[in-house]
Amino acid sequence: MEHVVTSEHAAHGIAHTEELSFWRKYVFALDHKVIGIQYLFTSLIFLLFGFTLMMIMRWQLAYPLEQVPIIGKLLGEANAPEGIMVPEFYNQLGAMHGTIMVFLGIVPLAVGAFGNFVLPLQIGAPDMAFPKLNMMSYWSYFLGGVTMLSSFFVPGGAANSGWTSYPPLSDIATFGQTMWLFGMVFLITSSLLGSINFIVTTIQLRAKGLTFMRLPFFVWAQLVTSFLLLLAFPPLEGAAVLQLMDRLAGTSFFLPSGLVVAGQPLSVSGGGSPLLWQHLFWFLAHPEVYVLILPAMGIVAEIIANNTRKPLWGYKSMVYALIFLGFMSFLVWAHHMFMTGMGTVISTFFQATTMIISIPSVVILSALLVSLWGGSIRFTTPMLFALAFLPMFGIGGLTGLPLGLAPTDIHLHDTYYVIGHFHYVVAPGTILALFAGIYYWFPKVTGRRMNDVLGKIHFWGTLVCMNLIFMPMFIQGLAGVSRRLYDGGQQYAHAQGVLHWNVVMSMAAWALFLFQIPFIINFFMSIRKGKRVSENPWQATTLEWAAAPSPPPHGNFLTTPEVYRGPYEYSVPGHEKDFTPQNEPDKV
Amino acid sequence: MQIPHTTTARPETGLVNAKLGIWLFLASEVMLFGALFSSYILLRVGAPVWPHGAEHLNVPLATLNTIVLITSSVTMVMSWASLMMKNFDRYKLFMGLTILLGLVFLFVKGFEYGGKFSHGLFPRESTFFAIYFTLTGLHGLHVLGGIIVNSYFWGSGSKMWKTEPERFTNRVEVAGLYWHFVDLIWIFLFPTIYLL
Repeated sequence: MEHVVTSEHAAHGIAHTEELSFWRKYVFALDHKVIGIQYLFTSLIFLLFGFTLMMIMRWQLAYPLEQVPIIGKLLGEANAPEGIMVPEFYNQLGAMHGTIMVFLGIVPLAVGAFGNFVLPLQIGAPDMAFPKLNMMSYWSYFLGGVTMLSSFFVPGGAANSGWTSYPPLSDIATFGQTMWLFGMVFLITSSLLGSINFIVTTIQLRAKGLTFMRLPFFVWAQLVTSFLLLLAFPPLEGAAVLQLMDRLAGTSFFLPSGLVVAGQPLSVSGGGSPLLWQHLFWFLAHPEVYVLILPAMGIVAEIIANNTRKPLWGYKSMVYALIFLGFMSFLVWAHHMFMTGMGTVISTFFQATTMIISIPSVVILSALLVSLWGGSIRFTTPMLFALAFLPMFGIGGLTGLPLGLAPTDIHLHDTYYVIGHFHYVVAPGTILALFAGIYYWFPKVTGRRMNDVLGKIHFWGTLVCMNLIFMPMFIQGLAGVSRRLYDGGQQYAHAQGVLHWNVVMSMAAWALFLFQIPFIINFFMSIRKGKRVSENPWQATTLEWAAAPSPPPHGNFLTTPEVYRGPYEYSVPGHEKDFTPQNEPDKV
Repeated sequence: MQIPHTTTARPETGLVNAKLGIWLFLASEVMLFGALFSSYILLRVGAPVWPHGAEHLNVPLATLNTIVLITSSVTMVMSWASLMMKNFDRYKLFMGLTILLGLVFLFVKGFEYGGKFSHGLFPRESTFFAIYFTLTGLHGLHVLGGIIVNSYFWGSGSKMWKTEPERFTNRVEVAGLYWHFVDLIWIFLFPTIYLL
């Protein structure tokens, strides 16, 4: 059996990398695995930071105008005099929570970390096609993150016009908004460099015999995601340039004529269109939704195939659905804009495309669900997270339908229902899948397994708390509570019946934090003390497990792998093992 | 460790990595300028009056710049062709000319901007001037980027010709694709802003 590698070989491979200096090896690294790990740590820190912003906001929502406990005094006199946060600060927290979670947390984790580490291994490549671009991509992301974080300390604080930065408000906002735009330019550059790298790597560096229809579904998901990043982000970059011109050069791209601010007419030439920003923004941000969800689907597909010990049901339909979904995601953006008065004809068009795009999502989710049928399921920690992804994403997807239809959206637009909907997709959906991926690939990265007991505590706590946070949002939203209220809706008569949910949601959010502590302990303990495992502890078929040592050395494989079969040949009748790795030759 | 297909094309695609990479990059550039051109259309359609470009902008200078940029595209191809014919000195000459023409373009552009500024015409003047300065400015930055890359391949980057001539030729070809693209953007910008 050629693919089994002895630990001596592995040790030799690691020794090989030690020729590099510390800076070259860990900081300005060119190895895709190190860059993947850099992305992993940075994005996890940002996820925790973005979550912290929300935990502070949840205090204000549950107990409006009361002193924030513990950290209230640390927020700064301008932001929270006497520990009570001011509305401007609340707005900063809201805008930066969205920005950080989407652009600095989930996308870098799903694409930067998992894509970088796993994709070249799964296709049998020694590294990414452009290692230097890969390094620049990480450092550009890092600069973007630093820019965003430091904007909290400039006069007027961070950006406070929402994560969507709608003008004219954002055009006249404080300096933090300019920082936000510069930060976005860095992040866009980062994902541009990354996506080019991923596409070229997948197309050019596949191992011999690894045809497109033999690619693991995870690779397909990353490939389609990269195309979305490549083609959808530039329009936002264009929009950012226009907004920077508005803010710095005094142009009026997004400022209409006759604008009055604080009782004074604004002295600009006017003639711009606030709606233009929304079109450009959502042209990015709707494909962005799929950037958030597709890698998660890829991770879940890998884990489900591995833990049910059978091939994915309908692999080809899933791939075609994925490609169709990627294409359609460019044609649905204006369903975010039904309320802007853009006209019923356009609304009808985007309503139709939105209903169409739900079909491929349902195809993928159904295929994953049917894949469970008749499997001898191993309830490992990653599998629990992957299984929970299915109903959670299902809820997120189905609650999106009333938002995609213009008549129902008129009632639900900008209410907590919307928040509940997309958080179900991204939080119990994508984030659970990302946790699944961390538990699943941890042995490949470290050569050790994470603790199962702590993993299961983390899983059940996270699942229950997330549902307690986001389910009541549907109730509040259906009652008509706006998503943008500083006091959570206290001043409104129609909100009174559902206000008590604010306390439940906030308690659940803080409990969610407590349930992340087992994960953090588990993560760092397992790096040093976790149970040592062989290179293929999950008995998986794909190349990263079957052909590379754990952890893989510089250059990944000791012998160049060759592929003879599809990605998920589990439980093939007549074989002595219940898995047949992709690089195992046919018996002659 | 050697990354496959840096110099030899992958048989199925017929491409080396860098060439596929630059095409993808250009696709993203199409989306960037596509979004900005679309914004231009949307703003113009929504405007009650829109000035005629030729009445406010310097068409002869822009025509000159068009000729300069098209010529530089020709010299760029000649520099690559020289490398294909293994004539490094001719490469140096044509690449040098390409860089020079790029600088001439920027100089003329700067002169044109100066004329506008001296008449008190800044981007904040009107949406028309905002579009004019933003689009030509962004294009100018792309020209500048191309000049920097070309200068590297003309100067210290050309050492690679001695060690890996095939790879160096590929690099110049890839830089050429970008340069032609920047040229192409101008060919769209010129009529859109100056003539229509």
